[in-house]
Amino acid sequence: MNILNTFFNVPVLLDSLPVLMMGLLVTLEIGVVSILVGLAGGLVLAVARLYAPGLVRTLIVAYVNVFRSIPLLVLLIVVYYALPFVGIRLSPFASAVTALGLVSAAYTAEIFRAGIEAVPNGQFEASAALGLSNRHTMVDVILPQAIRIVIPPLTNNSINVMKDTALASVVAMPDLLKQATQAQALAANPTPLIGAALIYVLLLCPMVLLVARLEKHLNRGKR
Amino acid sequence: MKPIVSIKNLVKAYGSFTVLHRIDLTIAEGEVVCVIGPSGSGKSTLIRCINHLEGFAAESEIVVDGVAVLPGANLARVRAEVGMVFQSFNLFPHMTVLKNVMLAPMRVRGMKAEAAAARARDLLARVGILEQAEKFPGQLSGGQQQRVAIARALAMEPRVLLFDEPTSALDPEMVGEVLDVMKKLAGTGVTMVVVTHEMGFARQVADRVIFMDGGRIVESGTPAALFDSPQEARTRAFLRAVLNH
Ligand SMILES: Nc1ncnc2c1ncn2[C@@H]1O[C@H](COP(=O)(O)OP(=O)(O)OP(=O)(O)O)[C@@H](O)[C@H]1O
Ligand SMILES: [Mg+2]
Repeated sequence: MNILNTFFNVPVLLDSLPVLMMGLLVTLEIGVVSILVGLAGGLVLAVARLYAPGLVRTLIVAYVNVFRSIPLLVLLIVVYYALPFVGIRLSPFASAVTALGLVSAAYTAEIFRAGIEAVPNGQFEASAALGLSNRHTMVDVILPQAIRIVIPPLTNNSINVMKDTALASVVAMPDLLKQATQAQALAANPTPLIGAALIYVLLLCPMVLLVARLEKHLNRGKR
Repeated sequence: MKPIVSIKNLVKAYGSFTVLHRIDLTIAEGEVVCVIGPSGSGKSTLIRCINHLEGFAAESEIVVDGVAVLPGANLARVRAEVGMVFQSFNLFPHMTVLKNVMLAPMRVRGMKAEAAAARARDLLARVGILEQAEKFPGQLSGGQQQRVAIARALAMEPRVLLFDEPTSALDPEMVGEVLDVMKKLAGTGVTMVVVTHEMGFARQVADRVIFMDGGRIVESGTPAALFDSPQEARTRAFLRAVLNH
């Protein structure tokens, strides 16, 4: 009874639900924008790595390695608290999207690269022999075949970005987690935190299940 | 006759391993040339240099229809004039047969979709698979796929067609249908360079047969000359091996 009142206090939950929903909206905004930034950036990096001159390729490899190694929380704090010292002052939202987008682009670039490499070399050769430009080769021939391969890992990455949006609460972003901790303080009861946790699970569990199904489906296609 | 492909001093090496040794070869417009020779003799490499799927040494020169084959802006022009048919077909598996044939004319020649579709249907009819136009390559037999690949190459109206062992990946019962299409093509004035192990085809269709070994052209001549009275010992040994296998 005591436990129920502490962790699943219905009146407290109902009270905090409106702010939790506002927080969810912010979480979704940060997540969706970061995912889109990461997708676009990753695609550009992966294709540039294929066609750009050697120096650019080296820089892209370095970028991918650095941003896959740096802890996201550290990057976020650097962007928000350190960049102002060199005159770059980003809003909490822009800071969160910048950090999440930079890291997601690095992972996405690797995913796209693996997808492009999985397309048989004969497809590149047939395109070249027909006189297709690099752009048409990519858009019409290679990427449509690579996309099947990359959808499960890209979905996985999107789940990770969505989860990592919770870190934005450290730069004072009123996201789902931040709203929950504030509501908890206000009510002197942890139920809003439990509510937030449930909302995260309800949001992401369908995507997790989707990835599992996609992977199973694609593996079946392979046999 | 007017030369359409002229190869001078073609040298190709992988690191310190030289695959082609100073090859000179001129091919006349409309000529059908078959290239034969043992595995690893450089046949594929030779024809892949013509459309620059393989790069080659700086001292070498290849000219196709007056345009030098070099990386850069002119390469697209060369490739638009030079079609290629691969051993493994290399059709685009995510497009229907019709779209496979339509793609390059639309993207490279700027053709409108209706015109490209009409041309594609014509060509598919010519290679005898119009009824498969809406299928995907994976639903076709090997012989049908290779005929689509030929139609796809023809859709660019190339001056030169390169074939790299077009029947080697096929089940024996499908070899004939592809060779028949190629025989019909040989009479149309398009220049053909065919790497093949089909000695019957070479004898019947080629204007000239080239025998390669060790990265060199050992001997070349009319089918009658090369098959019936080869001059070089290596040619005789090769022909003996393939004809009485
Ligand atoms: N990418 C590569 N790296 C190193 N060596 C290569 C490469 N590609 C081809 N070679 C070598 O070049 C030589 C010529 O190869 P090529 O494919 O032109 O021979 P081919 O006459 O077409 O043989 P086949 O009848 O087996 O197709 C071979 O010795 C081959 O091992
Ligand atoms: Mg070969």
